[in-house]
Amino acid sequence: MVEVHLWSGLRSLTGGQQVVEVQARTTGELLRELVRIHPQLKGPIDAGVSIAVDGRVIATGLTEPIPEGSEVYLMQRLRGG
Amino acid sequence: MALDDRKSQFTFVGTSPDRPDGLDKVTGRAKYGADAYAPGMLHGAILRSPHAHARIVKIDTSKAEAHKDVKAVVTRADFAKVPFKPGLEGEFWNVLENVMAGDKALYDGHAVAAVAATSALSARDALKLIDVEYEVLPHVTDVDKAMAPDAPVIREGAADYSVPEGMHPNVVRYHESGHGDVEAGFAEADLVIEDRFVTEATHQGYIEPHACLASLGNDGKGELWCTTQGHWIAQKTCAALLGIETAQLRVSASEIGGGFGGKTTVFIEPVALALSRKANRPVKIVMTRSEVFRATGPTSSASMDVKIGMKKDGTISAAQGVFRLQGGAFPGAPGDLTAMCAFAPYNLTNVKQTGYDVMSNRPKQAAYRAPGAPMAAFAVESVIDEMCNELGLDPVEVRLKNAAHEGTKASFGPRYERIGLVETLEAAKAHPHYSAPLKPGQGRGISCGFWFNHGGETSVSLALSEDGSAQLMVGTPDIGGSRASMALMAAEVLGIPYENIRVTIADTATLGYNDVSHGSRVTYASGLATIKAAHHAVEKLCERAAAKWGIPVDAVKWENGCAVPSGSNAGDFDPMPLADITADMGSTGGPISGHFEATPEGAGVSFGTHIVDAEVDPETGKTSITRYTVIQDAGKAIHPSYVEGQFQGGAAQGIGWALNEEYVYGEDGRLQNSIFLDYRVPVASDLPMIDTVIVEVPNPGHPFGVRGVGETGIVPPLAAIANAVSNAAGVRMRQLPMSPPRILAALKGNG
Repeated sequence: MVEVHLWSGLRSLTGGQQVVEVQARTTGELLRELVRIHPQLKGPIDAGVSIAVDGRVIATGLTEPIPEGSEVYLMQRLRGG
Repeated sequence: MALDDRKSQFTFVGTSPDRPDGLDKVTGRAKYGADAYAPGMLHGAILRSPHAHARIVKIDTSKAEAHKDVKAVVTRADFAKVPFKPGLEGEFWNVLENVMAGDKALYDGHAVAAVAATSALSARDALKLIDVEYEVLPHVTDVDKAMAPDAPVIREGAADYSVPEGMHPNVVRYHESGHGDVEAGFAEADLVIEDRFVTEATHQGYIEPHACLASLGNDGKGELWCTTQGHWIAQKTCAALLGIETAQLRVSASEIGGGFGGKTTVFIEPVALALSRKANRPVKIVMTRSEVFRATGPTSSASMDVKIGMKKDGTISAAQGVFRLQGGAFPGAPGDLTAMCAFAPYNLTNVKQTGYDVMSNRPKQAAYRAPGAPMAAFAVESVIDEMCNELGLDPVEVRLKNAAHEGTKASFGPRYERIGLVETLEAAKAHPHYSAPLKPGQGRGISCGFWFNHGGETSVSLALSEDGSAQLMVGTPDIGGSRASMALMAAEVLGIPYENIRVTIADTATLGYNDVSHGSRVTYASGLATIKAAHHAVEKLCERAAAKWGIPVDAVKWENGCAVPSGSNAGDFDPMPLADITADMGSTGGPISGHFEATPEGAGVSFGTHIVDAEVDPETGKTSITRYTVIQDAGKAIHPSYVEGQFQGGAAQGIGWALNEEYVYGEDGRLQNSIFLDYRVPVASDLPMIDTVIVEVPNPGHPFGVRGVGETGIVPPLAAIANAVSNAAGVRMRQLPMSPPRILAALKGNG
């Protein structure tokens, strides 16, 4: 199981939960699981999110591995100039 | 300092050879956006709304169409008629709405129609023959007023899931993040300061205006030449907006005269293609400077409230910020990024940040290096400076005391990997600038800055020639010297001289997809792809050498540009240089190339610290920047003098943003200063020599340790300059730009 930390603005979509436990081996599976557990997260996830796994920010990739026990944060999708 | 004195494990990386595009640029041979011509070419011109907000009741183009020189007129009806259908929703729809107005003109300068004629003069004249009937609507251009209950609604239903109930429809995105308990943190503080800060929109100010040459036939096949930071996104967007297949539109990027984030989308390109399709002839459009200001992306403007609690020893006990950004008449202002970057340099137990994306009747904002971050740094670092002054603490020591480091839980969530903020602060403390005495009337300012950096989709192809030279095809337009950096990285892997490698920005028909040159991603991602493509070619070179020697390929390694036996058991063969292998490659297995396609995910965040001295003339309010030092972590500087150029460019643009540049709107909602005479960017005489210190804390996500350097340099200047000016003037400056009238008013207000 992986604990996914959401940004606090998402609590209104998860019934106040800011940490969601999911079973996922990749970033793509993680997002699918989040939407399965909290369907209202589909909006922000479709709008685009980045995922930090043990501090490494994965901007868009859905195939990045998530090692067991890693620290995972959902982040707003990054944009640059 | 350009690292010339440092020892390195590299041969080519870390040197600063001549730029490959230098001769073309100084002799005028380089071809920019406006330098393309085609047989039978027409000239396009765009009619723009004189109103900040108006319903378009009717457009009568008949008189223009009857003009003898006019070959086509287009309005919104000539674009893909598929609003909100899959493939043309979200940002595509926003871009279409921006490049050609639909039901409403949403800002002064919004395109409403366009003509193609046999000369540029005829095209401009013909615009006067188009009759547009407008119903003028109430407008709003200020971010705080746009959020007020009585503000005119720009577009109903534009807000997404994130916006709390009860907010004005102009608030279209909301972000909130942080950790800990800020109220408890404020209660622990010995000093709490809360302040409000305001910044105006500024333009990226690239010298080259938008320009393109487009050709699109009725068979749906087209060619587009344009100045852009990303020709694949131009291809994808134009294809969507015109309802054609992506692969049928071939897009080539011209040399680019500056972009800074402002050329990451399209403006005139779909219009030129639509005109060409209608006229069945190539169409060229070149924006005037006034059009660039009125209708292409400036930054957001911002209003911000920042509250920080500090203990007497300088420890920050809590930090909180509210950041409101207007991004013009479309969603997209980076309120989320502003919030996420605001407190990122600091190791905080209690932090909370809130960001708002607000629509107003202004042009659609575009990125400008580290979008949203400079405003946040201005507000946050100003409050920290004020607290240092009140508590009598050294501003660098306070930042060191609170600085984020490897393992720190970032204000935006995750823990940092290896980062170099502390190293930049230590370098600032040790720099002679920091201890140099100030003259009367001068003040010194410090600021830190943070940016995320980015990877993005990347394709690179490398082809070896028979004579042992190499061609490298990349897809990221060279906006900051990347051709030199790519050649250095390829040279490092191949072991052939930098001069023997030619780097070309390939067009969309000759290379796989590449993301835009943005997010400080090019040296990181295209660099990583170049290294991998070169390794791919080296594998093949080793295979050929192994075959010639009759030994297994794993008994061959690559050293200094030669295949060599990997050990004494592999056999006794002389090193085989690359050119000896390529000389007969056609008959030993065929051409040798290397490729790499991926989306690298390990860009590595970046920090910088700036030191600024400013002198304020109390009679005129004019500020002079007397000394400026940029210290930034580059991970690994591939071409150190280009890295210095990025640092200095960020400082120069920051000086403009801090002191003079601003969008000035009249009561009528029209832009008052749409030329460089009235919108004052810094010129050489406004700038001091800008010293640089390149810190190198390697990024674990890049083979050579590269971190992007293009954006972080714009983050600290607004704050560092504001702190210097405030300390010089003896009054806290909370509004940008700090133009002479504002400084005089502040001095007067301070008695």
